[in-house]
Amino acid sequence: MSRKSSILYLDGVSVSFDGFRAINNLSFVVDRGEMRAIIGPNGAGKTTMMDIVTGKTRPDEGEVFFNGDVDLTRHDEAEIATMGIGRKFQKPTVFESHTVEDNLVLSLKGRRAILPALFQRRTPDERRRIDEILGIVRLGDKRDALAASLSHGQKQWLEIGMLLAQDPKLLLVDEPVAGMTDAETEETARLLKDISATHSVVVVEHDMHFVRELGVRVTCLHEGSVLSEGSLDFVSADERVIEVYLGR
Amino acid sequence: MMTGRFFAGQGDRRVTIALLVLLAAAAIVPLLALALPADSALHMPPYIVALLGKYLCYALLALSLDLVWGFCGILSLGHGAFFALGGYSMGMYLMRQIGSRGVYGNPLLPDFMVFLNWKELPWYWYGFDQFWFAALMVLAVPGVLAFGFGWLAFRSRVTGVYLSIITQALTYALLLAFFRNDMGFGGNNGLTDFKDILGFNIQAQETRAALFSGSALMLAAGVFVTWRIVSSKYGKLMIAVRDAESRTRFLGWRAENVKLFAFTVSAIMAGIAGALYVPQVGIINPGEFEPGNSIEVVIWTAVGGRATIVGPIIGAVLVNTAKSWFTSALPELWLFALGGLFVLVTLFLPKGVIGLWEQWAQARLSRKARMADAAALPPATIVRVPSRSSGGSAGTTVEPQPAE
Amino acid sequence: MLSVLALLFALFSAFPLPANADESALRAIVAKFATAKGFPAIETVVRDLGATGDPEVEKVLGALSDGNLSVRKADSQLFIVSEKGAAITLLDPLTGEPAGQAEKSALSKVKVNNALRALIRDALGSLTLGAADPATRLAAAETMFRSPDPGAIATLDAAIAKEADPAVRAKLEQARAAAVLRSDMSEADKLAAIDLIALRGDREALSLLTAFEVQASGTLKDAAASAVAKIESSLALWSAGQNVWYGVSLASVLLLAAIGLAITFGVMGVINMAHGEMVMLGAYTTFVVQAVIENAAPGLSDWSLAFALPLAFLVSGAVGLAIERSIIRFLYGRPLETLLATWGVSLILQQAVRTIFGPTNRQVGNPSWMSGAFDIGQLSITWNRLWILVFALALFALLLFVINRTSWGLQMRAVTANRRMASSMGIRTPWVDALTFALGSGIAGIAGVALSQIDNVSPNLGQGYIIDSFMVVVFGGVGNLWGTLVGALSLGIVNKLLEPFAGAVLGKIVVLVLIILFIQKRPRGLFALKGRAVEA
Repeated sequence: MSRKSSILYLDGVSVSFDGFRAINNLSFVVDRGEMRAIIGPNGAGKTTMMDIVTGKTRPDEGEVFFNGDVDLTRHDEAEIATMGIGRKFQKPTVFESHTVEDNLVLSLKGRRAILPALFQRRTPDERRRIDEILGIVRLGDKRDALAASLSHGQKQWLEIGMLLAQDPKLLLVDEPVAGMTDAETEETARLLKDISATHSVVVVEHDMHFVRELGVRVTCLHEGSVLSEGSLDFVSADERVIEVYLGR
Repeated sequence: MMTGRFFAGQGDRRVTIALLVLLAAAAIVPLLALALPADSALHMPPYIVALLGKYLCYALLALSLDLVWGFCGILSLGHGAFFALGGYSMGMYLMRQIGSRGVYGNPLLPDFMVFLNWKELPWYWYGFDQFWFAALMVLAVPGVLAFGFGWLAFRSRVTGVYLSIITQALTYALLLAFFRNDMGFGGNNGLTDFKDILGFNIQAQETRAALFSGSALMLAAGVFVTWRIVSSKYGKLMIAVRDAESRTRFLGWRAENVKLFAFTVSAIMAGIAGALYVPQVGIINPGEFEPGNSIEVVIWTAVGGRATIVGPIIGAVLVNTAKSWFTSALPELWLFALGGLFVLVTLFLPKGVIGLWEQWAQARLSRKARMADAAALPPATIVRVPSRSSGGSAGTTVEPQPAE
Repeated sequence: MLSVLALLFALFSAFPLPANADESALRAIVAKFATAKGFPAIETVVRDLGATGDPEVEKVLGALSDGNLSVRKADSQLFIVSEKGAAITLLDPLTGEPAGQAEKSALSKVKVNNALRALIRDALGSLTLGAADPATRLAAAETMFRSPDPGAIATLDAAIAKEADPAVRAKLEQARAAAVLRSDMSEADKLAAIDLIALRGDREALSLLTAFEVQASGTLKDAAASAVAKIESSLALWSAGQNVWYGVSLASVLLLAAIGLAITFGVMGVINMAHGEMVMLGAYTTFVVQAVIENAAPGLSDWSLAFALPLAFLVSGAVGLAIERSIIRFLYGRPLETLLATWGVSLILQQAVRTIFGPTNRQVGNPSWMSGAFDIGQLSITWNRLWILVFALALFALLLFVINRTSWGLQMRAVTANRRMASSMGIRTPWVDALTFALGSGIAGIAGVALSQIDNVSPNLGQGYIIDSFMVVVFGGVGNLWGTLVGALSLGIVNKLLEPFAGAVLGKIVVLVLIILFIQKRPRGLFALKGRAVEA
């Protein structure tokens, strides 16, 4: 896998916080159009890796490239987001005082300049897109409800909706099904598979059923670097993975 | 069913009412002051006109703070500085209008400069004999300072209490600077003894009435502008930055620019408030830069209700009326009352007066809804009870959802 | 004038200075005051007295300088007068023994003016060269250095030869060198004199050499010029050192004021706007303790601080605890609201103190062991500031110990780093909060005791320190107590180093602006807390 054809390219990335090595010589590549699942115990560095990719944390060393040629270490969160990387957080982070619709309005792909935002009116295209997304995430009837009033699962979906609204090239999804029922988990898997048809997706999850439903290549992280990579069966058969994460 | 839209509608209704009231006041008060004879019951004596005008300027200041604090989450404890800078700009114009009517009779130099043995006007006083220039400075000086300060602060992502503290440091530094006699702004005596404004005698009844109307109209303009800003997409963005700043960054928005715009506009509004204040009270001195003053503005906004546009106006008028009453009737107790107000409002009245009103209105509506439901359905039905309203510009009822 | 004196000295230095001149001869000279008419005549008498070299004349010359020498008109007898109310006591001019009483109208004062006083001072100065007490001889040598007289060289030589005390001898040699410069001695002698004076290196030496340089020429001028330059640069260094000392002293004050704030902010994320008032309460506690001791047990007044310290800690700590339990506890997680609520408390506390104690400054005295000053080289160090520095460092060390080595300190640090985690590990965070706040307030109270020694005690005391404390916390960060120390040191020293150039006010403004700019680079201060738990 070369850098050119990749959507995400990490090579030899390391970062330490106050002496604790959170990411340790991590090398990891995701192809364009691929969906990848990342598993691993707590503290393995999954969220930190996402922090680095989205510009929240600067690595101490190593290369991080987006779409083959964009050095992500040189940009901050807003720039990276506009370049086409979207993130859904571990803890659903939506705008609680805004309605579901407004949450999507703010996420819609488009100009991010401040002054025009003073005068912008919603275009018919935008209206249509919002309706579409509301349909996908099943929140059509909650359009005018405050995000604070949604259940945990609904907030997760709202955030996925916001991610869709951004229409990024690469989606980083951190534990999308935490706290969801089985039915909702299946829905989410189906949704992500749909999305991955036209986008690149990286999913971090603990729920092995969900990972199996996704049916994609799996990378297992441990103590800041890649422990094993391959199909879920391959990785879950790996002794080291069983040792540190899956258990016997 | 209660929706966000309904209360947004409520908010709009309040704003419309406020605008109408202010426009009416701008017309009626001068009438009451000028057209009625002095012994009439409804006559408004000049000192009341000036007092009300002062309150309106404070209200505009509180509104400007609400814009950055209530809607954008920036607790600026230095807005008094912008108010004072606008005030000084106007003061400088008024000083130059005195001309040779001052104590020393110098046509060019204000009295305090003659007293300090200065021979010529410092360069930064040039231009202030023209009203348009002074008006421009009223907008530019606070605006540029806010822009520069904000640019530095927001880019380096200084937030929360750290930001509040350095805004205090800013106003404190300006306080120290303006107290110095050799700064050329009147030192600790400030600028005073104004004679006229735009050719009209500043003490005349007509001028006072006109200043009051001007203040009312400016406040109305401020309300309108704030309302439009808050209702726009940018307004939603401001609120988003207030509640979850890093989330906005991850969506591609430059949160620092969002804050910078709000902060600058707010500073300009505060400057205008200061500029209208000075001719009505007749003096501007460095005491306006006192860190404590800026903190007092916060309580006006908090008492009225943050992020409500109308709340700060109510809060400013209420608190200052109380202050006027206390300082004349029970001066020893005023600071106890003010301190107590800070404590009580933060503990028990986080949404201010407007919040109380909303709660009451909501309780009434839900009572009605319950009665309607009870009438329509068989008695065994359990009716959903709306829970506490949440914060933000669109306070609304929130229905509890089935647990996961 | 001085040459006459010199001549007389030269005459009398041929003989060893008499321990006790003939008393009658002395009386004869003293009596001349009664007949002397006009200042020149009085001056002559003074010189005659000075020439005797007898320390006994100190009394009468001192009385004359104070304007207490009078002549009884009836018999032209000279007396020192002492007025106690209406009665006037007469004292013998030489022995000081009481010699009766008189009415004011029966006496006529011997007149004195400033020139005469200067002459008396010089005469007294040189008189005491032979005194028994080395301190007196030192003072005499110093006086002679400041008003050098070439005619005194011989006298000084004799005194130097006799002098056993090395410190006094060094001063005498300097006095001699000063006199040499004014004399007609050889160039080599004068060069040696310049070197000796240059070694002394203080302001008096500087002014002496500068004056000499102006009227000198040739090699002497050059020598003097280079000596002047050397002294000036050395003085500049000392002056910088003095400013550094002032900076360190200011830093110790800032440290005391800010450290409580840093602890509360670090552990609880709360900026306590009433912190300054905690300091103020400590200062007022000191005032009350001193007032009580003055009334009840004046002998213990030197111990007043020992009583005030624990009391101030308890008073401020108790008030802090009350604030935390009644207000701050309910505003948990809302730092901005807490800031506002504590501002309200600060207003209430200020007004309460104003109502009880009045708005004016209250006197708090320094105990005797904290008064006065001493010199190190050209540095002047006051005892009170030195003790405050020692105190601040001791307090800092104590806090370091408490925080880093006690279990309570461990709990505090745990809560600072990750509150939720600490709570889920069984640490009772509400209690940690309460006790931390009480500790921070108590420390502020102790700071108030110290600050009462160098500052005015008024209800506004706290307001003067709150902004500075903020700056220390903002600059130093809250990750670590060392941050507060470094922050206080830096701000104190920078402030005082800027002062001579920019003035106190402008210096302060510059520091504020610098901090605002510094925040750019390090938004959370020098020693910031790191990690994900803190980001919130």
